[in-house]
Amino acid sequence: MSARVLVGVKRVIDYAVKIRVKPDNTGVVTDGVKHSMNPFCEIAVEEAVKLKEKKLIKEVVAVSCGPQQAQETIRTALAMGADRGIHVEVSGKDYDNLGPLQVSKILAALAKKEETSLIILGKQAIDDDCNQTGQMTAALLDWPQGTFASEVVLEGDKVKVIREIDGGLETVRLKMPAVITADLRLNTPRYATLPNIMKAKKKKIDVVKPGELGVDLTSHLEVLRVDEPPQRQAGMKVETVEELISRLKEAGRM
Amino acid sequence: MLWTDLMMGLNRLRGLGPPATLWRLCLQCSPAVAMLDRVPSALGVPPLGLVALRLSRGIHGRGDQTNHAAGNRVPCRFPFSRVSKQDLAFFENLLPGRTIVDPDVLMTHNVDWMKSVRGSSELLLRPQTTEEVSKILKYCCERRLAVNPQGGNTGLVGGSVPVYDEIILSTSLMNQILSFDQVSGIITCQAGCVLENLSNYLEERDFIMPLDLGAKGSCQIGGNVATNAGGLRLLRYGSLRGTVLGLEVVLASGKILNFLTALRKDNTGYDLKQLFIGSEGTLGIITAVSILCPRRPRAVNVAFLGCSSYKKLLETFQCCRGMLGEILSAFEFLDSACMKLLEKHLKLINPIAENSFYIVIETAGSNADHDKEKLHNFLEAVMASFLVTDGTVATEDAKIKALWSIRERVTEALTHDGYTYKYDISLPLEKIYQLVEDMREYLGDKAKNVVGYGHVGDGNLHLNITSHSKDQALQEAIEPYVYEWTARYRGSISAEHGLGLKKRNYIHFSKHPEAVALMKDIKHMLDPHRILNPYKTLPDQG
Repeated sequence: MSARVLVGVKRVIDYAVKIRVKPDNTGVVTDGVKHSMNPFCEIAVEEAVKLKEKKLIKEVVAVSCGPQQAQETIRTALAMGADRGIHVEVSGKDYDNLGPLQVSKILAALAKKEETSLIILGKQAIDDDCNQTGQMTAALLDWPQGTFASEVVLEGDKVKVIREIDGGLETVRLKMPAVITADLRLNTPRYATLPNIMKAKKKKIDVVKPGELGVDLTSHLEVLRVDEPPQRQAGMKVETVEELISRLKEAGRM
Repeated sequence: MLWTDLMMGLNRLRGLGPPATLWRLCLQCSPAVAMLDRVPSALGVPPLGLVALRLSRGIHGRGDQTNHAAGNRVPCRFPFSRVSKQDLAFFENLLPGRTIVDPDVLMTHNVDWMKSVRGSSELLLRPQTTEEVSKILKYCCERRLAVNPQGGNTGLVGGSVPVYDEIILSTSLMNQILSFDQVSGIITCQAGCVLENLSNYLEERDFIMPLDLGAKGSCQIGGNVATNAGGLRLLRYGSLRGTVLGLEVVLASGKILNFLTALRKDNTGYDLKQLFIGSEGTLGIITAVSILCPRRPRAVNVAFLGCSSYKKLLETFQCCRGMLGEILSAFEFLDSACMKLLEKHLKLINPIAENSFYIVIETAGSNADHDKEKLHNFLEAVMASFLVTDGTVATEDAKIKALWSIRERVTEALTHDGYTYKYDISLPLEKIYQLVEDMREYLGDKAKNVVGYGHVGDGNLHLNITSHSKDQALQEAIEPYVYEWTARYRGSISAEHGLGLKKRNYIHFSKHPEAVALMKDIKHMLDPHRILNPYKTLPDQG
């Protein structure tokens, strides 16, 4: 079957970087800060590439929404084995207000345009921790969804997804086309090897504007303020039990 | 009088007779020998009146084997005083709460990181200031008490732990950063600052330490300077001999020598700090350091490559030098034997296909786009010319750490493979891997694994040989063969690990007798009673 998989990849601040809040409290500092692909998106790409290697699907298309730099993230997906990329160009104010609702509208439009059988996304992004894009995309398309996937098995025109839920594991069977969001234990993303990195440079990335997809990017959310979490107070070491008791009394805790 | 007679007698006897005779003389010198497996026994019978310390995994009690390797002979205990009740009272008064006699605490300070040597010190001191160190040393000098300076205790040549009952002087509580100049990048700090803490402090301010090593979480800067530690960044930033600008040192007499300048250039008289850098705690105790730190690079990339032969590895290095020159910050290698150990013992995954050799290349520069282009051009070139068969590149912090850990954790993987014999050799580049291959062939079945890895960019090989357990016959096969091999090609028998206890008697493989004689003169001048880190660094004789 000529199955095509759409994988969403988001460019986020690298998770090893120490986050700093802008002095005007409108957001976090992103200028000059190391960015990389959202770890859960990496897992999504890996799953899609694995399916292609098993010859269960034909094409993996990596999609990213954002300014010019989003293309770097798409290149990483291509180096991991995606066939081609789509860069949905969003910049400036529109990019600042880009949230799960806007992205899911874009993905839904693209899915229809590209005749997709499966959309695989990361379960959430590590910058906003929203965990909404996959669910909203499925709703907009009226497709079934298998979120927090820890295992994905293609069975003909259906896909079996084992989901990680609070009580344990839940198995669902979805009729394709469907939306899957990847959880941590789905797989271990591969290192992009040099030959693939070289090949990736030649793979195609199409640039599309949201308007061309008929998507309206207005956001109904406004960020009022961003603050750092309160500083952790230093602890106190005491030498004896008597001192502990006297200190607790001093602090009004006893 | 008696002691000097005995020492002279010892020297005379060294040339004659079986080790047994020598050993009996040693018996009379020292009732408490705790140097494991270095101790020959008289005619196969355990000597009387000696305490045999048997310890758990990895540390073997004195065996009944006669040790023919001259270099490993246990030195006799010098005639130092022993710690008395009055001494303890003095220290407790000077360092209240920081004078430790608890045997459990002392246990960890008496054993080195590799668990290969163990001392029997009964006193651990933890000063916080240079003045305290000075008072300690002044007292010990007057009382003729031996002192073992100790930092992070991560040394690999047995130089950081006592041999007998030397007092351990730990710098762990001297961990204050004294000043940092944001413009010049010069940091001044106490000797007990842990390297990783200094790195974190500097990174927040957009600088980095000029050195980096696997032991960074435990090693202290005083110890790094005292051993002239090399590490992974030497290729780019040079050795501590260039980056250390000033030191504060306390001499054996207790005198404080302060040449803690924060000046890049100062040609006023002899450069005394060079004496103490790499002196392994035998000429003075370093109490503070000022170091010139480089700016933190904006863009760091790590490439992990696979080569099918050592020759191709060297050609890759040449290509690398040419195309990445100014941004190259590390060029390390490991062989396939190392990779197998990493996979077996630490369950690490090989990021690329199996190869004979693996290279870790790090670039560090100020412009991500420029560096990326240079790196990609280099990678295309080495792939197109088949110098490299496979590889991967990382730009994200997490992936960079993962790729580096493959090189940095080889030491750890080796400890799980059995007893490790470690050799740290400098050789001309072309000869480096030949030593590994020759050792493999020469040792045959005697050894479990023979692996090579290290700072190939600096011409420094870490040759490691493992066996199921401590094996005297294997050690005798390796030494002095490996040192003779090294000397033949004018290499160094200890590129960066130093001499410590284990290699002190092999110094003549890399240094002429006149040089060693001058070193002994300097030692005598600065520490006439030999109380600072005795039995180490300089050879027992000659």
